[in-house]
Amino acid sequence: MSEGIITMAYLAASILFILALGGLSNQETARRGNYYGMTGMAIALLATMIGIVTANYLLMFACIGIGGLIGLILAKKVEMTQMPELVAILHSLVGLAAVIVGFGTFLDHSVAFTGVEQSIHSVEIYLGILIGALTFSGSVMAYLKLSAKISGKPLLLPGRHFLNLILLVAALYYLLAFISAAAAGAGLTELTIMTVIALLFGIHMVLAIGGADMPVVVSMLNSYSGWAAAATGFMLSNDLLIVIGALVGSSGAILSYIMCRAMNRKFLSVIAGGFGTPKSTGGGTSASAGNQADVQAIDAESVANMLLASKKVMILPGYGMAVAQAQHSVFEMSRKLREAGVDVGFGIHPVAGRMPGHMNVLLAEARVPYDIVFEMDEINADFPDVDVSIVIGANDIVNPAAQEVPDSPIAGMPVLEPWLGKTTIVLKRSMASGYAGVDNPLFYKENTRMLFGDAKASIDDVLKNL
Amino acid sequence: MLIGIPKEIHDGEKRVATTPETAEKLRSLGYELAIESGAGEGANFSDDTYREAGVEIVETAREIWERADIVLKVRPPETHPELCVDESELLHKHQTLISMIQPAINTELVKHLSTSGGTVLAMDSIPRISRAQKMDALSSMANIAGYRAVVEAAQHFGRFFTGQITAAGKVPPAKVLVIGGGVAGLAAIGAAKSMGAIVRAFDTRPEVKEQVESMDAEFLMLDFEEDASGEGGYAKTMSEEFIKKEMELFANQAMEVDIVITTALIPGKPAPELWTEAMVECMKDGSVVVDLAAEMGGNCKLTEANKVVVKHGVTLIGYTDLPSRLSAQSSQLYGTNLYHLLSDMTPEKNGQIQVDMEDEVIRGATVIKDGEITWPPPAPRLYAVPEKQDDAIPETPKVESEKHNGLKQLALLGISGLLLLALGSVAPPEFMSHLTVFVLSCFIGYMVIWNVSPSLHTPLMSVTNAISSIIIIGALLQISSPDRLNIFLAAFAILITSINIVGGFAVTQRMLAMFRK
Repeated sequence: MSEGIITMAYLAASILFILALGGLSNQETARRGNYYGMTGMAIALLATMIGIVTANYLLMFACIGIGGLIGLILAKKVEMTQMPELVAILHSLVGLAAVIVGFGTFLDHSVAFTGVEQSIHSVEIYLGILIGALTFSGSVMAYLKLSAKISGKPLLLPGRHFLNLILLVAALYYLLAFISAAAAGAGLTELTIMTVIALLFGIHMVLAIGGADMPVVVSMLNSYSGWAAAATGFMLSNDLLIVIGALVGSSGAILSYIMCRAMNRKFLSVIAGGFGTPKSTGGGTSASAGNQADVQAIDAESVANMLLASKKVMILPGYGMAVAQAQHSVFEMSRKLREAGVDVGFGIHPVAGRMPGHMNVLLAEARVPYDIVFEMDEINADFPDVDVSIVIGANDIVNPAAQEVPDSPIAGMPVLEPWLGKTTIVLKRSMASGYAGVDNPLFYKENTRMLFGDAKASIDDVLKNL
Repeated sequence: MLIGIPKEIHDGEKRVATTPETAEKLRSLGYELAIESGAGEGANFSDDTYREAGVEIVETAREIWERADIVLKVRPPETHPELCVDESELLHKHQTLISMIQPAINTELVKHLSTSGGTVLAMDSIPRISRAQKMDALSSMANIAGYRAVVEAAQHFGRFFTGQITAAGKVPPAKVLVIGGGVAGLAAIGAAKSMGAIVRAFDTRPEVKEQVESMDAEFLMLDFEEDASGEGGYAKTMSEEFIKKEMELFANQAMEVDIVITTALIPGKPAPELWTEAMVECMKDGSVVVDLAAEMGGNCKLTEANKVVVKHGVTLIGYTDLPSRLSAQSSQLYGTNLYHLLSDMTPEKNGQIQVDMEDEVIRGATVIKDGEITWPPPAPRLYAVPEKQDDAIPETPKVESEKHNGLKQLALLGISGLLLLALGSVAPPEFMSHLTVFVLSCFIGYMVIWNVSPSLHTPLMSVTNAISSIIIIGALLQISSPDRLNIFLAAFAILITSINIVGGFAVTQRMLAMFRK
């Protein structure tokens, strides 16, 4: 197969991938988009296999077959609540592949470069491996954190900013060392040392970030896996990889940006790790937002009666719903209410859950129709018309302190505003504060009722009374 | 503690302070209840239904007053026709009376009540703040009065409200003018609108315009700038010039409208005259005026309190007992208001009432505490001030940071531009073409991704995950290498990227299949 045909095939694949991402702009075209993506991948693989691969077919097909089978099993078995973990572990594979391909290219001396080209090529290899290694170790850590195999609390080493700086300087130093060594035909040592540094950096970076910042981390790693692919593309002079890497990289970057904006935090401060470093916890966070006596508890039966008597109900789920696996019960409740003529909607905060769009997927799994699931910006203006809002396992994303307390650590973060409605029911295990460590004045509001207990058990109780 | 409910003694009063439904709620607060036999008859609640709700039936009013720790009433105390004593005499020490009192007008009554040494809370003095809305009896009664005003008007109006085209001819819709857009006015608008009339409304407070329009009525605008919003949501008295303009507007309306409902009241003052005799003369014969302010002298001087009179061919309705004419409904709402107040005063739900003078609502309602007159209460705290501050604080840093960002962005652009130029001067052409592709792709990605629906962010991540495994091509390029180590590395990379490709696409497919309407 001529080079021209391969290039055309890659071009076609690139366009199909762009269409695949474009298709995700709404639910109707999303499935078609996914088919475009698969077709693009198939075209790219076929063109490469036919046009470039010349030997070891058996090994190649065996690897693809085994890998594909593992992937399929993973995809079929995974629980929707575990999506963040799956996505994290898949990211780590991309990172690992980038590292391996980088080393492979370095060891492959069939193409010789000279002068500036040699230097650029070295930089490309170096960057590809660096980003790949970072993605790999970071994603593995993120996976461990998300699946609660290690603590979700941020690990704050003393002098961690200094440590990061040293690692960065070391990485730069070895870059220069590698360029000069590679020009002389060596450099494997430098490359290996750098890989270890990058791995350490990835581990340290994710360990320092706490549970609720995970949406940012997961989308950031998504972005890194793209940049790793792009760097590999430069390394191999392959435009398809560059295009896809750039698409994925910018996609992840935008997602991280959206997540940061939804928490009113700077990307750098999220990455620097640790919510509420000692400086900010000093002010106002420990002070209780209200008098314990103002908390008004309610039982499931009264909740059911209140729901049936209302016209408009808004359900605001958070990570707690995922933890309690309550999405099916929640759907069942919304279905019964809709049958009783109540207008039920779901309000999703951008950072609800542990990855972007996590709640939407959970609700979709529970068969909640997507046209009653709304974004925060769509529904915040409607709250004055809402009779009952039900907050399920969410805390910081419905915290009025973000608007009312100027020195609160979450001040300025956009939040859902259920307190503007007639009544808010909060399902919660206890009065403990949320991830940000900020007490929530919502719980003490006049029109708030607390339904204590496990989210799923509480919803089931309410269901019994509907 | 025992709550006692005597029968209302005011002539024609049909309401009762507690219905069987609210009685049950009160019992859940830990109280016992006793009601005078026949107290609920006017509102169609028999003694039996009270008995079923666990209320003790007591024969005489005197027994209620003697035994109860808390007495609930609707009307202010007055001379009992059967016992021949004033109810205020019956109040005794350590007893709490909760009722309408109107302490601003009934100063004598308040003095009288204070001699007993008891405690008195006035339902009409509950501060009009949002927290106290659930116990605001004035609002619930005004709501009923507004509705009933339309019903009374319909009774005396000789035509349909709604326009119809029938085989027997065309009927024009009735035109209703509601003056005053408070609770009563809005309720009247709603009722008249739902009967099919064309409804217009007028109020001196401009913020009412939105509320009137939200009820689909037409708000009559006055070409004049003056804000009439007074304290506590009431209107204040307007300037002379304003009133002149207002009168012109009404005079024009008088020739057109069929029904006028006036609801204008300024607290503590006689009702302003808004509908003059001249305007009544202008109205078509058979038109109706309902004056909800009749008790305070009337918005129309021709109306006579508690009577229906016909003057200049116009029926003038001056009932002052409109809530009582809808007694079951108003008893239910008033009883619920009472329940909410008592529920706030019984924080332990143990049937022990606490008059907490720190609580703004209870402080406002308390007229007499243990024989001591505590009315009028201090002015309510204003909430608007801190709110405004809140708005101001976040704005200032925003402007600064925007400026800051702008400079930063410019600097970044400049630096990256210089770097690119430097790179361009040394890099080989092949690298430059790759760089072009890379930068353009970043922009395409940027454009495409912003269009992705936020609800699909998780599928977006899994599909980008799958396609970023295009890195497999790098491994495929190396698998045919003669070097063993290279083959091994490439094979391993192919293996793991395949997991990713198939896994990513499959899980995306699975998720997308779940999204349904």
